[in-house]
Amino acid sequence: MISIRKISKRYGTGSGILAVDNVSLEVGPGEVLGFLGPNGAGKSTTMKMVTGFLTPTSGTAVVCGRDVVEDPVGVKAAIGYLPEGAPNYPDMTVRSFLDFVAQVRGFSGTEKHRRIDTVVDRVQLRGVLRQPIETLSKGFKRRVGLAQSMLHDPPVLILDEPTDGLDPNQKHEVRNVIRALATSADHQNSGRAVVLSTHILEEVEAVCSRAIIIAKGKLLVDGTPAELRAMSKYHNAVTLTVVPPTGAGGEPLSVAKELGDIKWVASIEDKGVVHVPVSPAGPGGPRQTLTLVPKGGRPLLGDVTSLCKSKGWAIETIAVEGGRLDDVFRTLTTKDAGKDAAKDSNTNKVAEPVGGAA
Amino acid sequence: MKGLLPVFKRELSGYFTTPVALVFIVIFLFLAGVFTFNLGAYFERGQADMVVFFNFHPWLYLFLIPAVSMRLWAEERKSGTIELLLTLPISLSAAVVGKFLAAWAFAGIALALTFPLWITTNYLGSPDNGVILAGYLGSLLMAGAFLAIGSCISASTKSQVIAFIISVVICVLFMLAGIREVQGFLADWLPVQAVQVLGGFSFLTRFEAISRGVLDARDVLFFASIIGVFVAATGVVVNMKKAV
Repeated sequence: MISIRKISKRYGTGSGILAVDNVSLEVGPGEVLGFLGPNGAGKSTTMKMVTGFLTPTSGTAVVCGRDVVEDPVGVKAAIGYLPEGAPNYPDMTVRSFLDFVAQVRGFSGTEKHRRIDTVVDRVQLRGVLRQPIETLSKGFKRRVGLAQSMLHDPPVLILDEPTDGLDPNQKHEVRNVIRALATSADHQNSGRAVVLSTHILEEVEAVCSRAIIIAKGKLLVDGTPAELRAMSKYHNAVTLTVVPPTGAGGEPLSVAKELGDIKWVASIEDKGVVHVPVSPAGPGGPRQTLTLVPKGGRPLLGDVTSLCKSKGWAIETIAVEGGRLDDVFRTLTTKDAGKDAAKDSNTNKVAEPVGGAA
Repeated sequence: MKGLLPVFKRELSGYFTTPVALVFIVIFLFLAGVFTFNLGAYFERGQADMVVFFNFHPWLYLFLIPAVSMRLWAEERKSGTIELLLTLPISLSAAVVGKFLAAWAFAGIALALTFPLWITTNYLGSPDNGVILAGYLGSLLMAGAFLAIGSCISASTKSQVIAFIISVVICVLFMLAGIREVQGFLADWLPVQAVQVLGGFSFLTRFEAISRGVLDARDVLFFASIIGVFVAATGVVVNMKKAV
């Protein structure tokens, strides 16, 4: 439904800032695509080009079969867009603002009222319809922005940082709305495509079926949140707390060395030995907590448990990590984004998890 | 021009949902009264016409019209609503023309509210109402020209204060280009033909004839062209500056 084709944007003339560098991607119906990237990565610029606000320096985007460079008004009609910060006219009441958007989108009479009613119920604005937008809380303002973007039941929704600056409850509400939007079919019953940008990683896990990471204007990776997490060096890492053996003088002996000798352990993060006081929860004594990072994402659990069993170390807690999105995000966006990224920037799927990432 | 009407309606009602409309109209009517009765000696002249009333309009518009036009685009750019407006399915020209027409209609409403003076004049004597109508039309045209210039300046900045000041300065230049002192000053720098051409851009000279009731097609065409050129320029500037 959205096809971004080698789109680039250069601000300024000549060798100005290259904000978006040759990005291509496809988004199909029913997908919720998360746009991840640090501030200034080119997320907003890409969205502004797809929505027809900015003209691409080169390349184009096709939305529902319409080319944004040739038919910007047609593309705008097919898209619901929430610009960054959800700008709106503060002096207008919620009702008159939605009325304005509905009129611009070509609705009138009972159809207009029906659409406003539907969208008002959907994002729960009923109680504030007569209030000027400037008197509303941030969460309500954002909902007004969302209402405006889905008034025409668009097949494509583009939301620029929809939850930025909201409190956790409001974030939760907005995410519920987005999830509901993606799963509910549009008027043509073919599912909607939703693109949202964020730099909150948990949001990607919570609402997105697919995520891309973009930095310095380049598309770095494209995959499901699980695939992205698998790129973390912590993918399949094992974190455990054991009761370490004691030496001749009763002092605890670190188990890090032995665990580190397990075949596929790449590194150990040792949080050290702490003495736990006796409590109703269990006996006191020394405890050692370590995280074993595997080579190439190989599973370690079996080897770790059998080693502990053979050595007679009591395992208090043990957990396998799926991987850390923030770790993937940091690794990809802080290293020289140009190097490995350039190769991948045009591929649409992650070929294979890049085990150690760094 | 799909979408022009909703944009026009929103913009026009925007003046009235804020104190802008009230303040503007009250000040406009008050100053128009002061100029006509005190400075213009409306009663003392003993003539049943509205020449003195129209004579002061260029000076009234000089400060009041930029105050209306300054927010047209500067506010949209500052608050980011320009992104919302220009990603709705309307053409840029519909947005530009719709907003301009709303500001013009607002100025027209303020101008129309001076009707008690027209009633007074008709009560006191029997004026040539055709001349008065020509005066009103000319005044409305000149207001449109000032607004078009202000709209273009407003599109070029995010600051309403800057938009106001620059608009006033440019409007002063347009107004005074024809008077003798300015022409004399320009003559030292520019060839005679250039001075004459610049003189032709003078709002003051052109409006003088109109305020006496002489609605010359050339003057009408002049103001209409100023409106056309600057509204078109507004579109270009909005398009150029929207990303920044």
